[in-house]
Amino acid sequence: MRNAADVPVTRRVPRPAQDVVARLVNRSFRYWSLLPAVLIFAALTLYPLLNLMRMSVSTIDFAQGATLWTFTPLRNLEALRADDVLRPAVVNTVVFVVVSVAIEMVLGVALAIGVAGLARAKRWVRTVAILPILVPPVAIGSMWKLMYNYDFGIFNQALVAVGAMPVNWLGSTNIALASVIAVDVWHWVPFVFLILFAAVEGIPPDLLEAAHVDGASRGQTLRLVVLPLLRPAIVVAFLFRTILAFKVFDEVFLLTAGGPGTSTELVNLHLYKVFFEQNRLGYGAMLSLAVIAAIVAFLLVSRRAALAVRT
Amino acid sequence: MPIAATASGTRALRAGIPGRVLVALALFAIVGPFLWILTASFKHQIAIYAGQFPFTPTLSNYADVLLGRRSDFAGNIVNSLVVAASSTALALAAGALAAYSLHRFRWPAWVSAGFLGWTLVFHMVPVLTLLGPWYVAFRELGLYDTRAALILTHVTINLPMTVWLLRTFFREIPPEIVEAAHVDGCGPFDAFYRIVLPLALPGLIAAGILAFVFSWNEFPIALTLTSRETATVPVAIARFAQQYEIQHAQMAAASVISTIPAVILMFLGQRFIVSGLTLGAVK
Repeated sequence: MRNAADVPVTRRVPRPAQDVVARLVNRSFRYWSLLPAVLIFAALTLYPLLNLMRMSVSTIDFAQGATLWTFTPLRNLEALRADDVLRPAVVNTVVFVVVSVAIEMVLGVALAIGVAGLARAKRWVRTVAILPILVPPVAIGSMWKLMYNYDFGIFNQALVAVGAMPVNWLGSTNIALASVIAVDVWHWVPFVFLILFAAVEGIPPDLLEAAHVDGASRGQTLRLVVLPLLRPAIVVAFLFRTILAFKVFDEVFLLTAGGPGTSTELVNLHLYKVFFEQNRLGYGAMLSLAVIAAIVAFLLVSRRAALAVRT
Repeated sequence: MPIAATASGTRALRAGIPGRVLVALALFAIVGPFLWILTASFKHQIAIYAGQFPFTPTLSNYADVLLGRRSDFAGNIVNSLVVAASSTALALAAGALAAYSLHRFRWPAWVSAGFLGWTLVFHMVPVLTLLGPWYVAFRELGLYDTRAALILTHVTINLPMTVWLLRTFFREIPPEIVEAAHVDGCGPFDAFYRIVLPLALPGLIAAGILAFVFSWNEFPIALTLTSRETATVPVAIARFAQQYEIQHAQMAAASVISTIPAVILMFLGQRFIVSGLTLGAVK
């Protein structure tokens, strides 16, 4: 539309065509500005959601590059009843979320309060704490897979060095889930720490001075002044951690892929296997819908709870 | 050694010896695993198995991973860079427009609340639930195993963060500035493009960096929508870990390479990472 050669000369005199386009872009901006995002979301979330509903009552086969849909609503329901892995997956997921988030909250809050008193170490800890959050979760998985290795991992090397028996961290049904939770705790304590640290730094110094002048002990100041002031930040950190913990997939996929047996099987891993290892797209769609419904229910409940806590 | 009174009032929380021990432990716990895999990446496979320390460092793992004839890792890096850069650009463009639109124009409540709520829900839902329909749709469209499919899906997972984060930045721009531009004859789009966007540049940079990292790190979508040709870095690392005979040394080297963007960002961006991860709920 624009000829590069004559731009400098005609710059001040808008050409009619250009002018019309510019005016159109501006006049309708109010209406089209939201359009790209809405289109992307409609195509990649709304349409798939509707497709999930169609898939959940169908059986889908791939034959010579074509997809064959058959309407079989009862077959997927029967698959649900016959699914032995689903129950352990749900139980493990709940255990995983509750235990790892609880540990992360306690350690994160303690660390934030502990670091706040250290003038020089502060900046270092804050910088380093970002690292686990930004590193690819897959790299974290492979990192810990090396450290947990039975033959040469650092933990077993240390155990052997002090004369103890090596432990099968990822291969024993009793320990595997705890090992996986430990990785999640390592991964996400820094996140809780960073949220809480910002909140601790934001506490007005006068309040702490006043508590000191009034003769409050360290413990009393913490319990009666600091923790109540941190409550909003604790709620935010808790909600985000709970939801993120439920999304976990990458590290566990690398560490154990759900094994041994079903001892670290999580809902997300199970979904992946149903869809892409067993190729049961219809049944997978039904499970997906159930997961989405559960998340929406959790969001609604937690919104209520968060509002109640704030007032 | 007593700590001198600092300017900030947090000295009332002054940590005693236990506090300092806790912090030292925490620092060590965070950094330790990274040092461990860093040293492993410079060891021969045999040195890893023998648990040798000290050891003679070698670059052979990196050479094998990056230049080896049987390794696609260089191609994986190119794929990751292309996908992350394009999806970030698209997410920023669509996200900035949407965030500004919701902030500036009076949309009916069902549009604005509906849009924001919808993005929030899909930010919270595990992406695994959408992989099935995406897989079917992209296969039917002939986009399975293309970078385009990956770019589109990565835009989708990054849009909620971009919109929510940029909203908090647009809100801080005084409306008088935009109004003054209108008085001077500047159309709504020109005002957005020439005045609001430059003012919101820190927000754009923050959202852009985060979107890039999320796309670079993303694993399950890339795992299911790509095969050998278009696989990204995380998929390649998982392949090392899943081979019948795990290539531990190469896996370590590839993992170290994959953390380079994160290490760079660690020094560049501090505050906005948390605000981005919490959709602007924490500033």
